[in-house]
Amino acid sequence: MMPESRDVRDLYQDMILEHSKRPENFYRLPDANRKAEGFNPLCGDHFTIFLKFDNDTVTDISFEGSGCAISKASASMMTARLKGKSKSEAQQLFAQFQRLVTNQTNKADDETALGKLVVFSGVCEFPVRVKCAILAWHAMMSALDQTSAAVSTE
Amino acid sequence: MSITADRVSTVAAGFDAAMLSKDFPALNQLVHGKPLVYLDNAATSQKPQSVIDAITRFYQEDCSNIHRGVHLLSERATNAYEEARLAVQQFIHAASHAEVIFVRGATEAINLVAQSYGRTQVQPGDAVLVSAMEHHSNIVPWQMLCEEKGAKVRVIPMNDRGELVLEEYEKLLTPETKLVAVAHVSNALGTVNPVRRIIRMAHERGIPVLVDGAQAVPHLQVDVQDLDCDFYVFSGHKMYGPTGIGVLYGKQRLLEAMPPYQGGGDMISSVTFEKTTYNSLPHKFEAGTPDISGVIGLGAAIEYLTRVGLDNVAVHEHDLLVYATEQITRLPGVRVIGTAKEKAAVLSFVLDGIHPHDVGTILDQEGIAVRTGHHCAQPVMQFFGIPATTRASFALYNTETEVDTLMRGIKTVQEMFA
Repeated sequence: MMPESRDVRDLYQDMILEHSKRPENFYRLPDANRKAEGFNPLCGDHFTIFLKFDNDTVTDISFEGSGCAISKASASMMTARLKGKSKSEAQQLFAQFQRLVTNQTNKADDETALGKLVVFSGVCEFPVRVKCAILAWHAMMSALDQTSAAVSTE
Repeated sequence: MSITADRVSTVAAGFDAAMLSKDFPALNQLVHGKPLVYLDNAATSQKPQSVIDAITRFYQEDCSNIHRGVHLLSERATNAYEEARLAVQQFIHAASHAEVIFVRGATEAINLVAQSYGRTQVQPGDAVLVSAMEHHSNIVPWQMLCEEKGAKVRVIPMNDRGELVLEEYEKLLTPETKLVAVAHVSNALGTVNPVRRIIRMAHERGIPVLVDGAQAVPHLQVDVQDLDCDFYVFSGHKMYGPTGIGVLYGKQRLLEAMPPYQGGGDMISSVTFEKTTYNSLPHKFEAGTPDISGVIGLGAAIEYLTRVGLDNVAVHEHDLLVYATEQITRLPGVRVIGTAKEKAAVLSFVLDGIHPHDVGTILDQEGIAVRTGHHCAQPVMQFFGIPATTRASFALYNTETEVDTLMRGIKTVQEMFA
């Protein structure tokens, strides 16, 4: 059950609004070698994540698409966070972020690791918006798991 | 129903939406600490106490199966069930009660027609005509049929206001067109389509017409004989009745010729392992124990609507839509989606730079329930080049004060995203 006292400002924190208005890494990465789409047919959120993944490292990452403020800010902050991370580090952050927005956080460990991403902690009080926050992350995981070395950036 | 014309309100002196809202127990609650403003009526309306009571009374006093028992409870249940059918017949002005088939909702009614009428009438190379503003429920059943038959679905285009282009429609009424399926009122845009004219044009070429009336029956008087439609479908839950019950109206001549949709009990007159004789209309299309309490609840909803007066409802909702359209047009950064001359009870809009889902979440926090998304009409969203809209949809119990609350809510959203 959601608490009666939830405040919409817990969801729309300033940093989230800021990233939704002026997202980082919001372009098509010209030399991406992996990409994946995240699509939520229910609300029409649609993002493409572009990765440059070499030597087990996310050397660059960007995204394109459209969606609500939560999904867009999440994509923006995710890309900022994952640059330079290894595949296993990215997977671990995904798991920690997923626990955060579904209110299963092991606070001591996860919140330290998540850093600024904890601004999404309010999402867990808005269950219908969890899928918005996690959409870009799923697309990123799908891109990471790609085996093909090259994708069309057509 | 023009939303631009100035019309003197002719709501009966006794009509008071705020007073009527007291008949609907679910409306009387706080949401996130604020009084509920329920503006998601095109998705489902709230239910008056009389409907809830009718359903409860059935289970408390008359619960039994219909059409079979010789005992008193079964007799009472059967009478209540068949009286509701007569109420529906009168409500839509059907010629006979045999033309009123109870189904789960408008969606099942369309599937019934597609599977029974469609599969016998549509052949390879044929076409089924739908409109550009249909709900998915009036697209997908025809696609499934056409895929099976090697036929195609063709689309009546609309203009930027969300009105069907009848000159283009006329061109699509070709010999291979076997059926026209069109909404009476668009759920995403609120457009009231000129169905009488659409039907006449099709009939001039011998093509039957199915009208999806799910969004029409709560808002305007429907006379299926005057329209001369061949099929008319609607759901109970958008017209103050329970979920899970709806109606297929069909002309008797067509229904008689159609094969059953589902087999089972109640739809037969005799069964042997060699041969089954089907029951007469309307029972031929009502296999199995139906939603008896749902039918009785629908009957109570019709009684409620009739008591309030659909003409009063239509005028009140029209006034409300005019007021809401005027108010929202004054706000900066708002684009109304669906500006047809003839509209009913739906105000769909987008805010510059703000996604409808964010609008919906913030309005919810203010106690305002609206629908955000594509409204099961993705082709409409594609036409307007938007992923989704925010939709406020009105019912007989909504008031201008609630519209004011909505406008304040929209300003709050805009301030947060400024």
